[in-house]
Amino acid sequence: MSDRDDGVNRRKVLECMTWVGTGVLWTIAGGVPHSLGIMGEAVAEEAKGLTFLQISDSHMGFDKPANPNARGTLEEAVGKIIALPQKPAFMIHTGDISHLSKVSEFDDADRIISQTRLDVHYVPGEHDFLDPEQKLYRDRYGAGTKGAGWYSFDSNGVHFIGLVNVVDLKAGGLGNLGNDQLEWLEADVKDRSASTPIVVFAHIPLWTVYPEWGWGTQDGAQALTYLKKFGSVTVLNGHIHQVMQKVEGNVTFHTARSTAFPQPAPGAAPSPGPMKVEDDKLRTMLGTASITFKQNEKQLAIIDTPLKS
Amino acid sequence: MLRSAISAALIGAAVGSVLAGGVLFAGAQTPVPAAVAVGIDNFTFNPQTVTVKAGTTVTWTNKDDIPHGIAVTNNAFKRSQALDTDDSFAFTFTTPGTYQYFCYIHPHMTGTIVVEAATGSNTTQ
Repeated sequence: MSDRDDGVNRRKVLECMTWVGTGVLWTIAGGVPHSLGIMGEAVAEEAKGLTFLQISDSHMGFDKPANPNARGTLEEAVGKIIALPQKPAFMIHTGDISHLSKVSEFDDADRIISQTRLDVHYVPGEHDFLDPEQKLYRDRYGAGTKGAGWYSFDSNGVHFIGLVNVVDLKAGGLGNLGNDQLEWLEADVKDRSASTPIVVFAHIPLWTVYPEWGWGTQDGAQALTYLKKFGSVTVLNGHIHQVMQKVEGNVTFHTARSTAFPQPAPGAAPSPGPMKVEDDKLRTMLGTASITFKQNEKQLAIIDTPLKS
Repeated sequence: MLRSAISAALIGAAVGSVLAGGVLFAGAQTPVPAAVAVGIDNFTFNPQTVTVKAGTTVTWTNKDDIPHGIAVTNNAFKRSQALDTDDSFAFTFTTPGTYQYFCYIHPHMTGTIVVEAATGSNTTQ
């Protein structure tokens, strides 16, 4: 990663990044998040600035053949986070904490994830709203949020926006933000300086990955129009249980792995259901991510780290 | 209309809970309420469109390794609980019409139930 002179050349930076497994370690440098590669190595090299972690799709309670022990693999991921040589500033969780929105599943997730001793900023996945009254998620994680759980906060000069695109889904449709949330988003960013680095995180990809499997957000493009003026926008998602990235103008889209089970590449299977792989391959397809932001540099570095490389 | 739909939902749930006890297989004589099964495989409702007589109980059974849930666009019934693998949900359709439904977890999954007026017997509602 040699072109750190300024930010215009982000594409090149992205090209030279390697995408590996489990967690994405995100670095925000001067405005553009880039992933740092494998967690352990990358952190040591790029330790200055703001570094935070992304964990996603824990699916506590999942016990099907694709991974009969999703709790165990979450514990492994947390163990790797605890062992990091540099402690991240905080963590974001991009949803599907639970598999069936059971109290015991949320309890397990909280118990395991809290061992990192990091602040965790959550957004929900569709699996977190399956209890009959759709209230367990909000009761646990909704303090200080609007609507179904959206909010924003600032850290190290970066503006973070957590969105909810998993409620009130429409027949035949994709992920959905809805008018209330879009209006809130427009107001939230309106008076911010265009030089403020923006990180948006939500469960379902905000861009259209594969509509045949519902992998996209129908009003995601509308949300992005409010972010056009910003020089650096990074969109972090989960839901598809695999690493995928796209760069479009000033916007970098990135999805993180699950810690529970892999899903097939778009169109590579009859359905997006949990993908059973060889036992010794499973941990190469699960993981987290790390993101680092450095002042006066344009790129955020994103590093996806598998449980096993 | 709404009240009848709600009572139908309750009946549907009751029927669903005893399906394993043999209601579905109680015999093919005309007086027995009709029952139709819809499978959920590979994120697809199968069959995707079903035409039934009023009074028919439709039972959805999830065969995937991921939960699905049934919701109907006209709110004729309350959405089902999340159906884990092999879980079922049943609803008895008493009012003729076309019902578009979808999986509220994976809304790209859609299906249709066409309910025709029952002939040759009096429906009470």
